[in-house]
Amino acid sequence: MEPVKLVYPVEGGDLIEAGEASSKMKMTLKKLGLPPDVIRRASICMYEGEINMVIHADGGRAEVDVGMDEIVIRMIDQGPGIPDVGKAMEEGFSTAGDMARDLGFGAGMGLPNMKRYSDDMSIETKVGTGTTVTIRIKI
Amino acid sequence: MEHSVTIEYARCRGCTTCMKSCPTEAIRVRRGKATILKERCVDCGECIRSCPHKAIRASSDSISHLQDFRYNVALPDPVLYGQFQNLDSIDFVLEGLTRVGFDAVFETAKGSGLLSDYARRYPPDPDPLPRPAISSACPAVLRLIRIRFPQLLEHITSTITPVELAAILARQKAVLETGLAPGEIGVFSIVPCSAQVTAAHTPDDLQQPVLDGALSIRDLYLRLLTPMKQIGTPRTFSTAGKAGVRWAFCGGEANARSGSERFLAVDGMDSVIRVLEAIEDNRVPDVDFVELSACTQGCVGGCLTVEDPFVSTMRLRHLIRNLPDFASNFDAEVGDPGLIQADKELEFAPVFLLDTDRTAAMEKMTAIHELERRLPGLLCGSCGAPSCHAFAEDVILGRADRSDCIFQVRARMKAMTGNEDPDDYLPTPFRRRKPPDSDPTHT
Repeated sequence: MEPVKLVYPVEGGDLIEAGEASSKMKMTLKKLGLPPDVIRRASICMYEGEINMVIHADGGRAEVDVGMDEIVIRMIDQGPGIPDVGKAMEEGFSTAGDMARDLGFGAGMGLPNMKRYSDDMSIETKVGTGTTVTIRIKI
Repeated sequence: MEHSVTIEYARCRGCTTCMKSCPTEAIRVRRGKATILKERCVDCGECIRSCPHKAIRASSDSISHLQDFRYNVALPDPVLYGQFQNLDSIDFVLEGLTRVGFDAVFETAKGSGLLSDYARRYPPDPDPLPRPAISSACPAVLRLIRIRFPQLLEHITSTITPVELAAILARQKAVLETGLAPGEIGVFSIVPCSAQVTAAHTPDDLQQPVLDGALSIRDLYLRLLTPMKQIGTPRTFSTAGKAGVRWAFCGGEANARSGSERFLAVDGMDSVIRVLEAIEDNRVPDVDFVELSACTQGCVGGCLTVEDPFVSTMRLRHLIRNLPDFASNFDAEVGDPGLIQADKELEFAPVFLLDTDRTAAMEKMTAIHELERRLPGLLCGSCGAPSCHAFAEDVILGRADRSDCIFQVRARMKAMTGNEDPDDYLPTPFRRRKPPDSDPTHT
């Protein structure tokens, strides 16, 4: 059985409207009848990834593959890349700018939350080229 | 009665306005008329508000229904008080009700006041109820959560609604005072909206309805105008305090709870949905209580009201200015907390589920996306569905035919006749290929 493939573009620049992609994905997952806990975790991971892409990379896209046994979410951007992944994974560490912080973001919990709510997480990144964060959630 | 919202086919033009306004995508246009998918309708009344032809209405019970009972009690929603101009006191409305067919009056605001007192005396134990607690007061929101946010069902407070409590107490009181059997007493709510009419007949939280019917504020307002002018001194008196009456507008219920709670008071379906999504994602972790109203400004904005919600809010504030803040004592006046517990568990209604079999659901979802990619994405409504995605879903689920999309049909026709220009099948305003002489967004 081929996984259901969903693609959500994430627009850069609009931090206030961010969250639309995770909201659309949630509705799709509900229509598939996935367990509520799985939907919640996928939605939280996607939301954090979306916010990261808007704050740091001027947008990107999320590719979601819903299989029978797991959901794979790939968040792909062509932003500045992450120079120190270890530091980025630390709770409280953030490179978000002033505007993002003024809007209440930049608490430094994005990547740590994604790790907490997923079953597997990997980051591919190259400074100057972009970043892909892949998370897996078992159904 | 399953739903109060009803379409009057004779007036409906099939203009698609209501279809686009429905927050649960419950409306389709078929054979030139709007029709409602019953399982998706939450009776919020958005369609009623948006219809330009007054072709949708909220049905409610007729006052002639009082004739079926030997003794009738009116349960006016406090929103009723705010409908009248130049009103000096709530007592005139209550007295007026005794002159239009009711034998007695029991204020819904008394029910709210008692529930507020209970909430203050017995703040919810944080452990059993997941935070934030969500109010059960708005029946449209309750239904919305049942169909779209089942994970949040356990957040909803387990107490019955003010009008339900008022109905139980009113009937008990009437039985005591008249000696009649409970079934001989007619207990009727006077309500501001379609959702309250439906809830009176088919409550989500009770096994059996406690009301005999729901009359609309609009109907009673017209009947009360003349009798009220003839009242010299009212003999029927309000026993509600500020706290109870304030449930009529958004924030009233939340403000009357324990002062140490952090709460949100949200009005309007769009905002309600947005906040529920955020709660579901755990993005509002520091909130204890959430009050949600489907209508603008809360119940004052209901579709069966007469007055503008902002004006009636102002009038209500003026009417209650001299009332005590709290006029109800739950322990003294009710006593048994079991009386206010819902006896029916709120059930998830999976109306959006594509298929109960996961594999079948996934295949359908893939087919829906495949079809959607080939649709023009104009959300024009000509197919009778609120969006291209909804149309694709309708096709795959067998509710519509691929050829219902007029743009697809014309594209195929043009392709068959060998016409090269892909834009040619679009109506002129949508054609993109010819470069505009000036900025097309400003004419």
